[in-house]
Amino acid sequence: MAFDAATPSTRETLRFLACGSVDDGKSSLIGRLLWETGQVMDDTRAALARDSRRFGTTGTAPDLALLVDGLEAERAQGITIDVAYRSFATARRSFLVADTPGHEQYTRNMATGASGCDAAVLLADARKGLLLQTRRHATICALLGIRDLVLAVNKMDLVGFDEATFRRIAAEFAGLATGLGFRSATAVPISARDGDNVTTASAAMPWHDGPPLLTLLEDLPLQRPELAAPPRLPVQWVNRASPEFRGLCGTVAAGTWRRGDAVTVAATGATSRIARILGPDGEREQAEAGEAVTLLLAEEIDATRGDLLASPDRRPTVSAQFAADLVWFDAEPLLPGREYLLRAGTAWTPCTVTRIRHRLDIATGTTEPADSAAMNEVVLANLSTLQPLAFDPYAECRPTGGLILVDRASNRTVGAGMIRHALRRASNIHRQAGLVTPAARAALLGQSPRVLWFTGLSGSGKSTIARLVEQRLHAEGRATMLLDGDNLRHGLNRDLGFTEADRVENIRRAGEAAKLLAEAGLIAICAFISPFRADRRMVREMLPPGGFLEVFVDAPLADCIQRDPKGLYAKALAGEIPNFTGIGSAYEPPEAPDLVLRSTPGTTAEALADVVLARLAAP
Amino acid sequence: MPTQLATAGLTAHLRRLESEAIGIIRECFAAFRRPVLLYSIGKDSSVLLHLAQKACAPARLPMPLLHVDTGWKFREMIAFRDHTAREHGLDLIVHTNAEGVRRGIDPIAGGSALHTRVMKTEALRQALDAHGFDAALGGARRDEERSRAKERIFSHRGPGHAWDPRDQRPELWSLFNTRLAEGESMRVFPLSNWTELDVWDYIEAERIPVVPLYFAAPRPVVRRAGTWIMVDDARLPLAPGEQPEWRSVRFRTLGCYPLSGAVESTATTLPAIIAEMRAASTSERQGRLIDGDEEASMERKKREGYF
Repeated sequence: MAFDAATPSTRETLRFLACGSVDDGKSSLIGRLLWETGQVMDDTRAALARDSRRFGTTGTAPDLALLVDGLEAERAQGITIDVAYRSFATARRSFLVADTPGHEQYTRNMATGASGCDAAVLLADARKGLLLQTRRHATICALLGIRDLVLAVNKMDLVGFDEATFRRIAAEFAGLATGLGFRSATAVPISARDGDNVTTASAAMPWHDGPPLLTLLEDLPLQRPELAAPPRLPVQWVNRASPEFRGLCGTVAAGTWRRGDAVTVAATGATSRIARILGPDGEREQAEAGEAVTLLLAEEIDATRGDLLASPDRRPTVSAQFAADLVWFDAEPLLPGREYLLRAGTAWTPCTVTRIRHRLDIATGTTEPADSAAMNEVVLANLSTLQPLAFDPYAECRPTGGLILVDRASNRTVGAGMIRHALRRASNIHRQAGLVTPAARAALLGQSPRVLWFTGLSGSGKSTIARLVEQRLHAEGRATMLLDGDNLRHGLNRDLGFTEADRVENIRRAGEAAKLLAEAGLIAICAFISPFRADRRMVREMLPPGGFLEVFVDAPLADCIQRDPKGLYAKALAGEIPNFTGIGSAYEPPEAPDLVLRSTPGTTAEALADVVLARLAAP
Repeated sequence: MPTQLATAGLTAHLRRLESEAIGIIRECFAAFRRPVLLYSIGKDSSVLLHLAQKACAPARLPMPLLHVDTGWKFREMIAFRDHTAREHGLDLIVHTNAEGVRRGIDPIAGGSALHTRVMKTEALRQALDAHGFDAALGGARRDEERSRAKERIFSHRGPGHAWDPRDQRPELWSLFNTRLAEGESMRVFPLSNWTELDVWDYIEAERIPVVPLYFAAPRPVVRRAGTWIMVDDARLPLAPGEQPEWRSVRFRTLGCYPLSGAVESTATTLPAIIAEMRAASTSERQGRLIDGDEEASMERKKREGYF
């Protein structure tokens, strides 16, 4: 039977996921849908007959699963390795189906497939009922925000088309679906291999009063929740077609934008009004979620790729600390404290997982404590980003609540996340744009604000040199401020110890303080051991380009131990101070410092301070 | 400037595909140092170019077009290519593998497999390397072929442009991982989720010009391997006494003329083509002689760096 797709004028697209345990017959079902909706042409049929003889598992009949198993290894092994995307259409709807494998690496592939889907078809083998794997798949669908689920109880021919068997599985499924909060959950008995209840009602199952699977899919409501969400647009690209034209391009993530609407850059609070909206077809009055547009604003504001535009009265959360459900993809486990790159919307920012709160057992729905996540595991974690992120909870808006994590060295996509909420009530705090800019403050002082960051071993002479540098700058009439690691630990950072996590936080706070000083127009002089490269890079990235000057005070460890001005090395060597830099904990020297000061017994702090002054005076 | 006509008439389905493709193309403008649009002159390339111009309107297209010319394209294709580039003021780069020409590689005597590897795959790699392109956008669709159905929209290529189908980056939502290390590149497929029918429906609705070879006309053809091959110039060897016949034919896909089979048809308009396609019982690749070369041939070619 072939469908006539000749009246496409009102056709919508349903994107759905097909999932289920290995051998439940996903590929056969999709092959069957393609076959019966007339997608399989004569030449493909001939190739299929050839492949079926070679690789097939259905005897003399064509093995429809081979229509979708595309890779050589898959056909040779009779399994599905990767997500495949297939299209078919009926008179009423176009369908794009993501076929996801049921065994090895299933979580990763399922999450990938589910992320772009409106609905899911979950397969179960009538002989086996709901397996642990079936429950896992339903849980992942729920986690990824799929609202409508269809259970296809397959291989009914192998249980003699028995109604009681189906009813039992359907009842169990209804309980599972309710627990996971799906909007709709329907079960249908089928045989993908023979085509029962796939596109037409099955004569073998007259007791089934519901429609066949394809009709169910045609009838599923297409309610994209992001259409009803507050207006959002991540700026993807700034189009400068001419000196007068500055278009903010992007795909509307949520809601509807209208000409004349007020629009706010979530991260800065800068606000303007939409003067014009350009869609793919030119000028228009409004644009809704999913449409690629260009916005022209009435008053120029600073907005660039990575910014999220929102309506000023319905703003997203802006926070650098938030909780998210993470699905881990990579063979290297997720470790708290390790730095990754995070992408959300069009923004990229360095990110660390500060704490794993629990691991989700996706088969039982229970949680357990965990301190790492292995491949295919799902955890709830606290994340901390370098730049604050503008987002909505994933449950409220999928396009602005999802994120991916990328390994900094290999660039592999190692995980994906669904944001739950901001931490520390940061969600109610919106950044306000001041009326006086950092540049204006600096201009009033007649100087270029800088952060001079002295790093080096304890006893290398950092603090001494830093104090001299400040004294001389002050004498020259410059406005300065000195931040010293020891001093900060008496006040701002007095709650922190010397564990690795506390040392990271120590530097983060020092960096934030230095940034505020620089924004006030001052030259901030900072002396911190700051042993880790990643932390110094974090501070560098907080500041505008050129605003951070890394000064490496390079003294041999042996000299520092001998000098030992505070007697700390003696204690550390005696085992009284754990994690002391140079003894129990490593110092990572800068790879490309802006200035190196070689502090040896022959040099004086005054001479080294001169070097710093000379560097500052250089253009 | 692309034509600003008729989009209001697009179905919801086509509007969704159109916006998705524009979003993908803009991602390339923003995320890559030196992107290039792979222009093969066919209908999919025409749609891709149209969408790319919409994505940057009213600015000029901020990337060049690259055509890998094997020297065996239909003459009408080359004329259409040059006309399109001139009319839209596009920066067109044409690359031919000079080494292959010197070696005398041709699709008839040498066979399609060798010709494709040298004049298409190797030529493409040469051109991408020579110009330092870090992203190449192409009009390939997932419905074309089985291994394409598994490929990502942003398809990462290692050094040497190799594709590793077993180690593809997971691709979630529209959060594309566009990051590249030195020597790596990206192939990008904005039309991934389109079908052949979608492409024709869109061409009709948007009135996008395509090469006239897609429309039926009397053309000189000979019968080869169960299909009609057009005698586009004197290089096609004829059997002793063989005379090309004039038949009303058209092409569903275009490539090197000795490898592109025509179908008999009287469809001279877009609606007629679309009607013919809805009734068709063979896939568009059927006329391509290169896919039947060997089992899983497309997958192998892609691993070697083919588009």
